[in-house]
Amino acid sequence: MARGKSFIKTNPDRFRLNQLPYLLAILPYLVFTLLPLIYIFNHALKPFDELIEYPPRFFVRRPTLENFGELFRVATTSGIHVSRYLFNSVVITAVVVFLSVFLSSITGFALSKLKFKLKAALNRANTLALMFVGVAVMIPRYLIIESLGLIDTFFVHIVPFLAVPVGLFLIKQFIDQVPNELIEAAKMDGAGSFTIYRRIILPMIKPAIATIAILSFQAVWNDAGTSATYIDSDQLKTFAYFMNTLSASSNVVAGQGMSAAAALIMFVPNLIIFIVLQGKVMNTMAHSGIK
Amino acid sequence: MNKAETLTIEEKKRKRRPAAGFWFSLPYILLFLTFIVIPIVLAALLSFTTYDMVGRPRFAGFDNFVYLLTGDNEFMRVILPNTIKFAVIAGPGSYILSFVMAWVLAQFPRRLRTTLAVIVFSPSLTAGVTMAVIWRVFFAGDASGYLNQILMRLGLIIEPIAFLQSPKYLFAIMIIVTLWGSMGIGFLAMLAGILNVNRELYEAAYIDGMSNRYQEIIYITIPAMKPQMLFGAVMAIVNAFSAGTIGVELSGSNPTPNYAGSLIVNHIEDYAFLRYEMGYAAALSVVLLLIINLFSKLSWKLFGTKE
Repeated sequence: MARGKSFIKTNPDRFRLNQLPYLLAILPYLVFTLLPLIYIFNHALKPFDELIEYPPRFFVRRPTLENFGELFRVATTSGIHVSRYLFNSVVITAVVVFLSVFLSSITGFALSKLKFKLKAALNRANTLALMFVGVAVMIPRYLIIESLGLIDTFFVHIVPFLAVPVGLFLIKQFIDQVPNELIEAAKMDGAGSFTIYRRIILPMIKPAIATIAILSFQAVWNDAGTSATYIDSDQLKTFAYFMNTLSASSNVVAGQGMSAAAALIMFVPNLIIFIVLQGKVMNTMAHSGIK
Repeated sequence: MNKAETLTIEEKKRKRRPAAGFWFSLPYILLFLTFIVIPIVLAALLSFTTYDMVGRPRFAGFDNFVYLLTGDNEFMRVILPNTIKFAVIAGPGSYILSFVMAWVLAQFPRRLRTTLAVIVFSPSLTAGVTMAVIWRVFFAGDASGYLNQILMRLGLIIEPIAFLQSPKYLFAIMIIVTLWGSMGIGFLAMLAGILNVNRELYEAAYIDGMSNRYQEIIYITIPAMKPQMLFGAVMAIVNAFSAGTIGVELSGSNPTPNYAGSLIVNHIEDYAFLRYEMGYAAALSVVLLLIINLFSKLSWKLFGTKE
């Protein structure tokens, strides 16, 4: 069978020499992709004398956690400890990921498998909203958040991040693949809609859930704008915000080491989560097309 | 028999009150209205007012739009050209790059492909401030900046260049950084799309005399994955316009030096939160939304499979 299809080169089952030119062709791009990441990784591990060393070296010779230590030693001007920012970020991210997964999965279930009046309109509106760019409407958003009394509260980190059109879209597309017969059968057995959602849909859409979780994790974990715009009290601000002020204010060498360390703390959790879940993400993206 | 009867009664009951689907969607609908629909409507309304956040908005007719076209020097001279230029390079640029990378990665066996996909995707994980921080360290303007050190060592420059404060370099750096971080879920969607093209289509085409890979891409791959192409295009547009703050994040100032890296998004922020001219800022928002809409319409025309 494989022999008959051997002239098809896409998605081969093993590495052959004729793939080498492609690898060489994208090599410059791979270097461009990796260089800043490797640099920041090395920079974060450099001791002070290597940071100021001239001429500079790309790679660290005597890796140390000094920069991380420094990062956690500095109390900000307001006397808030870094761990507080980190704690805020972790809690906010966890809550948002959980709630947005729940919201988009149950809404996606309704949009895909249930019948109700607003269904067609909501589906259409959501597809249109895929191209929604939040920063474009920052003023009305600000006014709305202000009138809801969310300014300078913990909730402002959470509530605006819950409705994610891309998340709902992807999960709805995925639920479309679940056979209707399964749901009909469950209905016959007397299962209510929520039971069907919990017992049948949720276990079957784990890949899509993983994908939504990653997307909302990224959006919230990396967000510094909320703290900058809506939060006055320092103890409610996030690590992303802290990192941003850190490198914006200090152009000095030691600051760069700390910045690099902070950037790593931001980046590495993201990367690990993606590596663990990438198979599920690819599975979901197969159903991502807009028809 | 008995069971069937109760079912019909229950169904009648169900008809009278809103369906479960409605209740399930309600929280999302409310959030969707509050943070997406109403802001757009409000922006449109505010754009016809003058509003300083202290008094009440006063109706101002088309004043804001007239000022936008005739009075706001920076807007017509720099901001709008910058925005269009940025969107045209970063949008289609990242889109084409995503497709090319996705296609090339699809030529490798699974293990290798997955590894490379993780590498190519990883910069997009930094989207937002982390991206700016990483590159700020790289481009730092004093002698400690890595690029400066390399250039000085090579003897190409004598004094360190303040790349991120320089009107000459800032825009180019913004494009580079944005492209670097742009291989996000749009890229993954296209990769998945290419991998899922039905193999029989290729076979049939080769039997019919298709002779090279270029034809394969144009006549088989792209038409077969139009829905993913559209998804990728929408993601590229959103990504390009959302990245509008990168200039300010890199340079650390709004407006950016000589407005070199300022896009509409920064201009909105400038007027809204620094000058408190909310009405005018809303008018700018409306213009931006229209531009985004234009780009999306175009991609819908190119890749839409319905209507």
